[in-house]
Amino acid sequence: MLDECYYKKADEIIAGYGKKPSSLIPIMQDIQAEYRYLPGELLTYVAKQIGISESKAYSVATFYENFSFEEKGKYVIKVCDGTACHVRKSAPILEAFQKELGLSAKKHTTDDMLFTVETVSCLGACGLAPTVMVNEEVHPKMTPEAALDLIHELRGDRND
Amino acid sequence: MIRTREDLRKRTELANEEMASYDCRILVCSGTGCIASGSEKVYDEFLRIAGDTPGVTVEFASHGPEAHLGVKKTGCQGVCELGPLVRIQKGGKVVQYTKVHPSDCQEIFSRSVLGDDVIESLLYKQKGVTYTSPDEIPFIAKQTRIVLENCGKYDSESLDEYLASGGFQAFQKALFEMKPEEIVDEVDRSGLRGRGGGGFPTGRKWKQVARQKEKERYVVCNGDEGDPGAFMDGSVMEGDPYKLIEGMMIAGYAVSSENGYIYVRAEYPMSVARLRHAIAELEDKGLLGDHILGTDFNFHMHINRGAGAFVCGEGSALTASIEGNRGMPRVKPPRTVEKGLWAKPTVLNNVETYANVPKIVLQGADWYRSIGTESSPGTKTFSLTGSIQNTGLIEVPMGTTLREIIFDIGGGMKDGGTFKAVQIGGPSGGCLTKDHLDVPLDFETVKKYGAIVGSGGLVVMDDSTCMVEVARFFMSFTQRESCGKCVPCREGTKRMLEILEKIVGGKGEMEDLDRLEELATMVKSMSLCGLGKSAPLPVLSTLNTFRDEYIEHIVDKKCRAKVCTALRRFVINPEFCRGCGKCAKNCPVGAITGVRKECYHIDNDLCIKCSTCKDNCAFDAIYIEA
Repeated sequence: MLDECYYKKADEIIAGYGKKPSSLIPIMQDIQAEYRYLPGELLTYVAKQIGISESKAYSVATFYENFSFEEKGKYVIKVCDGTACHVRKSAPILEAFQKELGLSAKKHTTDDMLFTVETVSCLGACGLAPTVMVNEEVHPKMTPEAALDLIHELRGDRND
Repeated sequence: MIRTREDLRKRTELANEEMASYDCRILVCSGTGCIASGSEKVYDEFLRIAGDTPGVTVEFASHGPEAHLGVKKTGCQGVCELGPLVRIQKGGKVVQYTKVHPSDCQEIFSRSVLGDDVIESLLYKQKGVTYTSPDEIPFIAKQTRIVLENCGKYDSESLDEYLASGGFQAFQKALFEMKPEEIVDEVDRSGLRGRGGGGFPTGRKWKQVARQKEKERYVVCNGDEGDPGAFMDGSVMEGDPYKLIEGMMIAGYAVSSENGYIYVRAEYPMSVARLRHAIAELEDKGLLGDHILGTDFNFHMHINRGAGAFVCGEGSALTASIEGNRGMPRVKPPRTVEKGLWAKPTVLNNVETYANVPKIVLQGADWYRSIGTESSPGTKTFSLTGSIQNTGLIEVPMGTTLREIIFDIGGGMKDGGTFKAVQIGGPSGGCLTKDHLDVPLDFETVKKYGAIVGSGGLVVMDDSTCMVEVARFFMSFTQRESCGKCVPCREGTKRMLEILEKIVGGKGEMEDLDRLEELATMVKSMSLCGLGKSAPLPVLSTLNTFRDEYIEHIVDKKCRAKVCTALRRFVINPEFCRGCGKCAKNCPVGAITGVRKECYHIDNDLCIKCSTCKDNCAFDAIYIEA
């Protein structure tokens, strides 16, 4: 059972978009922005509130890649594997992140909930390929070495 | 509030006066690329310095009669590779600085803002020539900017700057001087074609919507620029959001629609922020809402964010997504113009298409037709990326050749590489090679060579790119993004990907090529929507132009670009090997044998190509044989 404050937050978000079926996606996006994932119980609640079936809500949530039922790390690192980045060798950068953090194609988030590593199809900064996005900040012209520096830097700012 | 045309005229006049009053404008590029390179710190630094210098009236907001200096954030200035980009504008004179670090700001301020000096070291250089003004830089000089006209010149978050750039003149003309049918006719006569890739005549689409019996209609903008390697639409949304909105408002008036929706990719947070800002400002001023400029025209704008599904770039999937459903395409007809959003007649166009509209309304169809080619008038934006000297955002007349784009504008290949191919149209497109360098890029011609203009991604590839691997890369993308509704796409792309993986994995057979072609033809002809129909194009196109590379992978087990890991052969060069044995000790599978102080040997049948030996050799004695 989720804490009461989750439902309160959901009510606020729902009120912003209106109780109608077409509000589902923006509501889920805002909930995910708040909690970095989509708590299942909350989705059930939202479905009831906006008047759609639970199965409908889940079918939509699972269709779109951006929604995650699993909690993500504090830093969500998206390694761009768009064409331009791919051609400028983005694969070794992903490997460097995964190796340093003990992650893989199956395990995306570190146990300490600090980092999540995923790939993304294009960040739209192709002129500076290869790129990586940490939360909403784009890092240009990455290398495997710069990836390690970035991890150290991010780990550092947890301490201060 | 701007309630009448007269109000708008006065406001524009004030904006023009203000623009003319600047003694100097510091224009800091705030496109996604430059922000990634740190342009926000540069902007903050300029603000700080400007505030700290006595005797200069600094103007941050958009009013104040004694404004002398403006520090502004602009849309993409073009040469993303050399960011952060800064322009210093004094009257008609503009200096373009590149790679500006916050520590350079003080010097720029003292010498170029307060003084009239130019800082040589920060200027753009190409092939030994130094360029001062952005308009002289070959990368920019050879472009024709209509859609991107304002990008890099004006503050993309200020309505007044947009008005001063001639904004909303077209909308006024449309609203007060033209009948809706006349606008549709003008757009039709201009020959403007859908810039999202399809190339469908925009005017015809508008006509179809305008003649529907149903009176409730929608104007929708496809800003779900999902093609990896394309960022033109994102640059327009974040660089000139007002222009896109003005184009949509004109469309709304032309087809009698009261609601416009922009569907923006989730990966473009800045586009969303700038559009939201622009819409809020227009609503606040009364330019969006009910009874716009005192007329009966009502128009409301809404923004929907994508949620990471490439297929939502397809029209019926996009409208399904706005409605709150799974973004899956449906069988057509009925088409979007008949039953689109909420099953109502809908004009669905791409960002760049709408951004072309104001200029067409203002300057007329004949002017527009004078640019580009007979069948594809106007310009096209491309994002130029990959192994090329100058990456960035460009806009050229339709019909420009690849040679002009790659070698004149793009400055040729990066690091002296050899041009191999250019991938055009993303995962739905194909490859053009050196044989096609002089082919004019327009909708029809490119199609003839098995590719598409598409939304405008141009990824340039050199010798270090393996074409089979590129085909596998695109197939893995479309396979992952297939929505799963129809079998040919869902199963066909999966099987095609498996075959491609087999080939790059060194286990391919010659029969695989026939199977690939057969599957490709099936997927192409049987799929429900554009995603599936175009998914096999990269494979067909590379099979057609680079068949020898496929055969090399299959028969000789060789990848000439040394990209395919499984086909690499690690070899020890006896000239450099000192026989230290470190490689043998590190090899996880015991594939390296030898005697100390003599040259070691790698057994490539045992080798798992992990590259540990090569990465750790102190004498660089291990190399990869193609």
